[in-house]
Amino acid sequence: MNDVLSFIVATLHATVRAGTPLLFAVLGTIFTERSGIMNLGLEGIMLIGAIGGFVVSYNTSNLLLAILVAMIAGAILGLIHAFFTVTLKINQIVSGLAITMLGSGISGLWGKDYIGVVAERFETISIPFLSDIPVIGRILFQHDLLVYISLLAVPLMWFFIYKTRGGMTLRAVGEAPEAADARGINVFFIRYLYTIIGGSITAIGGAYLSLAYNSMWIENMTAGRGWIAIALVLFATWDPYKALLGAYLFGGITALGLRMQAVGTHISPDFLKMLPYLLTIVVLFFTSTDTLKRKVGAPASLGIPYSREDRT
Amino acid sequence: MKIKIEKRMNTPRYLSLVVPVVSVFVALLIMFVILTIFFMGRMGSFQGAFGETVSAYKELIAWPFFNQYGLYSTISKMVPLAFVALGLSFAYKMKIWNIGGEGQLYMGALAATWAALFVFRGITSPLLLITLVAIFSAIAGALWALIPALMKAYAKTDEIVVTLMLNYVAIFWVDYLVYGPWRDPEGFGFPGTAAFPEPAMLPAFFDGNVHIGIFIAIAFAILLQYINVKTHWGFNSRIVGDNIKAATYSGIKVKKYTIISLVVSGAIAGLGGGVQMMGMQHRLMHGFSPGYGYTAIIVAWLAKLNPIAVIFVSFLFGGLLVGNDQLQMFYKLPISLISIFQGLVLFCLLGGEAIAAYRLKIEKAEEATVNE
Amino acid sequence: MDDYPILEMKNIQKAFPGVLANDNISLEIRRGEVHALLGENGAGKTTLMNILFGIYHPDHGEILINGKKTSIHSPQDAINEKIGMVQQHFALVPSFTVAENIILGLKNFGFIIKTKQVEQQIKELGERYSLPVRPKARIWTLSVGERQRIEILKLLYTGANILILDEPTAVLTPQETRQLFSAIRKLVKEGSSVIFISHKLDEVLEISDRISVLRNGKNAGTLNREEVDRRTLVQKMVGRDVLLDQEKPKVEPGPVKIEINDLTVKNDKGLTAVKNLSLEVHGGEILGIAGVAGNGQKELAEAIYGLRPIETGKIQMAGEDLHHRSIKKRIQSGLSFIPQDRKSIATCPNLSVMSNIFMKNAIPGLKKSSAWNMQIKQMHEKTGELIQNFSISTPSSKTRVRYLSGGNLQKVVLARELSNNPSVIIAEHPTRGLDIGAMEFVYQALLEEKKKGSAILLLAGELYEIFRLSDRVAVIYEGEIMGYTPPDPSYTEKIGFMMAGTREDSIHEN
Repeated sequence: MNDVLSFIVATLHATVRAGTPLLFAVLGTIFTERSGIMNLGLEGIMLIGAIGGFVVSYNTSNLLLAILVAMIAGAILGLIHAFFTVTLKINQIVSGLAITMLGSGISGLWGKDYIGVVAERFETISIPFLSDIPVIGRILFQHDLLVYISLLAVPLMWFFIYKTRGGMTLRAVGEAPEAADARGINVFFIRYLYTIIGGSITAIGGAYLSLAYNSMWIENMTAGRGWIAIALVLFATWDPYKALLGAYLFGGITALGLRMQAVGTHISPDFLKMLPYLLTIVVLFFTSTDTLKRKVGAPASLGIPYSREDRT
Repeated sequence: MKIKIEKRMNTPRYLSLVVPVVSVFVALLIMFVILTIFFMGRMGSFQGAFGETVSAYKELIAWPFFNQYGLYSTISKMVPLAFVALGLSFAYKMKIWNIGGEGQLYMGALAATWAALFVFRGITSPLLLITLVAIFSAIAGALWALIPALMKAYAKTDEIVVTLMLNYVAIFWVDYLVYGPWRDPEGFGFPGTAAFPEPAMLPAFFDGNVHIGIFIAIAFAILLQYINVKTHWGFNSRIVGDNIKAATYSGIKVKKYTIISLVVSGAIAGLGGGVQMMGMQHRLMHGFSPGYGYTAIIVAWLAKLNPIAVIFVSFLFGGLLVGNDQLQMFYKLPISLISIFQGLVLFCLLGGEAIAAYRLKIEKAEEATVNE
Repeated sequence: MDDYPILEMKNIQKAFPGVLANDNISLEIRRGEVHALLGENGAGKTTLMNILFGIYHPDHGEILINGKKTSIHSPQDAINEKIGMVQQHFALVPSFTVAENIILGLKNFGFIIKTKQVEQQIKELGERYSLPVRPKARIWTLSVGERQRIEILKLLYTGANILILDEPTAVLTPQETRQLFSAIRKLVKEGSSVIFISHKLDEVLEISDRISVLRNGKNAGTLNREEVDRRTLVQKMVGRDVLLDQEKPKVEPGPVKIEINDLTVKNDKGLTAVKNLSLEVHGGEILGIAGVAGNGQKELAEAIYGLRPIETGKIQMAGEDLHHRSIKKRIQSGLSFIPQDRKSIATCPNLSVMSNIFMKNAIPGLKKSSAWNMQIKQMHEKTGELIQNFSISTPSSKTRVRYLSGGNLQKVVLARELSNNPSVIIAEHPTRGLDIGAMEFVYQALLEEKKKGSAILLLAGELYEIFRLSDRVAVIYEGEIMGYTPPDPSYTEKIGFMMAGTREDSIHEN
């Protein structure tokens, strides 16, 4: 009996760890997409965040600086995406693909000489008292700083989006840019701003992989997490709380696969590794427009460039 | 004199050639800068880094395009690229974003291996065996694309992420087979199957260095070009691609078009996997593709979805893949270098097209005063 | 300072590719007046106002407010100058509440939104100007009239004192229009100035103090209300005398070509849009359906054409049931549809004129063309012919249609829909947004098809158009036919009552 419980607790603890990089990526992308910009470049942005953070941590052992650099790297890719989609108004899908290629390529080059080395990493901080609660304490309160930050970010972001003037402006730009424009809101500025912010938050998710989850640099270490995060944004219907749910659901599947390998099962590890990708497909199917019979919460102008003089 | 920026009414034909060519050059230029910076980190001095980059570029161009054996490799790499890119452009015409070329290629290779090693074991007629293996690989690619196709047609599920997720699934599936049940017992633990039987190998020439897959690809390109230009399918798919509502209004069955275009797209990519097995590798191996499926996305775009142009652009990118291998060996550069280049080309191309939509109009001063 | 007019626009010029939309226009607005901008579609009214509101930038010219030169680069600048505009297409966020829409973009509310306080303020403001609203309601649940009220309240909430209303009555019932006019009168009494954009003479004569007439991008003159009558205004608007009442060709009606029985159709939100509707149209006849926009016209047209599933009822063409017939089959049996939304439904913007003409693969007269061997050259030749016949102004048959003007785009649609020897034509607002020349062209083309024996179902908002073309008039309200009248302006009042939901049999002659 105790074995079963400890297996479950260990799996749930691992769930939180595996879900955190996804959570950052989803939260960042909720910002971007709420402003009406679709960003398919998450995979590249996470990779650049992972290597940026790792290189700084390796060279300076300063983790805060590492996160800052990861965020700046992500912000730069966000800026490029914004320039092409907002200013040049090119196809957002294709620009996102290009961001992915650029991000994974540059991370590979930048990280070429950092393969196989170890850097300073985020250590576990047990929260006094809370971490002593049986079961829950181990699952939720024996983690590193980034996990706590991501958990705090969820309610804060929800409050910002729905209850503040800034959030209202953001939503209006994604829903009806012409209405926002008519009220003197600078649609272009808002879209730039949130694409950049979204990029930098997404990059933290990448940095989590190289500074906490694995604490080393492996080429293409995101292994499709950026794409899974894109599906999770749909699953979450652009809502931070549902993002948390979705990220941990996927964290859970990953953790379960890993735990089962560790315990030793007859299922081939290759099939266990397929699970998150298959689950993504299932989730996408059930959140599709026609499955749900109506579009829930999608920013109405998502993916459509805004141009003042084009409308008639 | 006044200079005004104006939107073009018609994009002149020459621009659709100039923009891609210029973007390749600009991308090469930007990558030159990135590489120089990278080498500076390694070597410490600008001069050394600059020299290193210049010699790396020489290697990147000289071997794949100007050396006989390099050229053979270029053509070999070009074949799978061309197949997948032909498939992708078929779907992209309708703005259906199949980015699962990699997975469809893997599934084609898997089915080809299954057919050649297990199902049709013992067939000795090369023509028959090759045809059967080819059909199997095309069907596998088609089935792999049928999943997102049905989801998109009947539930409006976004095909981008689904096709991409299926890439990972396909790769893990192949891994499972080549590390497990299909592993060649005489392969010294190497993750690959046994070699294909002789009749399942494509004929080759130039001392066996270039297989006939290239001609199959060219034949497909011509066929697809005919379909685009001369048939209702091509005509209607442009309508679906430009305005789905207008397509429905015109009586086009959008669901049918969606499914067929994705399935055909997957079949061509899958066939590419089969051809790669029969012509090049002769066995299924772990990680046999250096990202052909992703590079093909760029090839399709750079070719502006024109099947004939796809052949030429695949030649260019086949060469760059070969050059990239050289750099990896001799300059300790990562394989992902090609991704940087691909991202840069795509941005230059799209940016160039956005800019080419405008033109500068120079007004004479006298006219301006008359207006005031 | 008070001697200056509140707003002056001087020598405004604005060109779009191929069109001079505003040609040296000057305009002066006084404090506390209703100033009408009258002109045909395409005369430059909306462009001029978009310049004033900072959405477009003029090529030349200046704007003075209270006698001071001002530059307006964005809507924000305009709002700062206390200028507010209600666009033809409302600038509201559908998923937001009324209160959220009103305070959107305003800076003086602190970071966290105080919902309760704002809602109270809005309620009071609405009551003061007799523009009642429910602050908590979401926009998408509201009627068009209510949405317009919110647009006006938005302006008042920011303290705007120059209000631009762009064609505000186009979407209203006659009764809602009364309500709007009384609100406008209240506004000017309190010192605001209202710029009222319209092309409807009667409304302009009723509400304005002064009238500026725009024609072909020029100001054809500013007049006091007392100095003018309908006739002078029409002359100024069109530049010549127009015969408003032309003879319709007399055609002996043929057999019934389309018959609808007890049709019920739902709209996008799943609500019943067409209710037990029955009608029939004979060959050589035009049946005009009058009604305020959004009363089921769009759903009716789409159901007949096959774009929208029907709940109950029956649609028959030449005696054959259309149920389970694909759109393609309907096209082949001679059903043509000219949708209101020509840009998003009826054409492919990035494809050539030729591709758009042959979009349905249904133009007869090509030799040896088949699904597997299309004769592209012949298709271009045929397109060239149609470009001539329909006098479409385009550089070539290869030009992408997105570069054509609204009128020419509509001619492309007509060329396609009328070259198929149609037996039934559904025309939904076929002249919306067209200038007077193109309008007349559309009328002639439809009348020509009538002479050839087609049955035409005309769905239009403008009564003028209905009277001009129809042989019978039906009035639709909430998806039901309220009654029929002859196509004669003397029935305007009766039609107005039916448009607002009164049944024909309950209208008493008075």
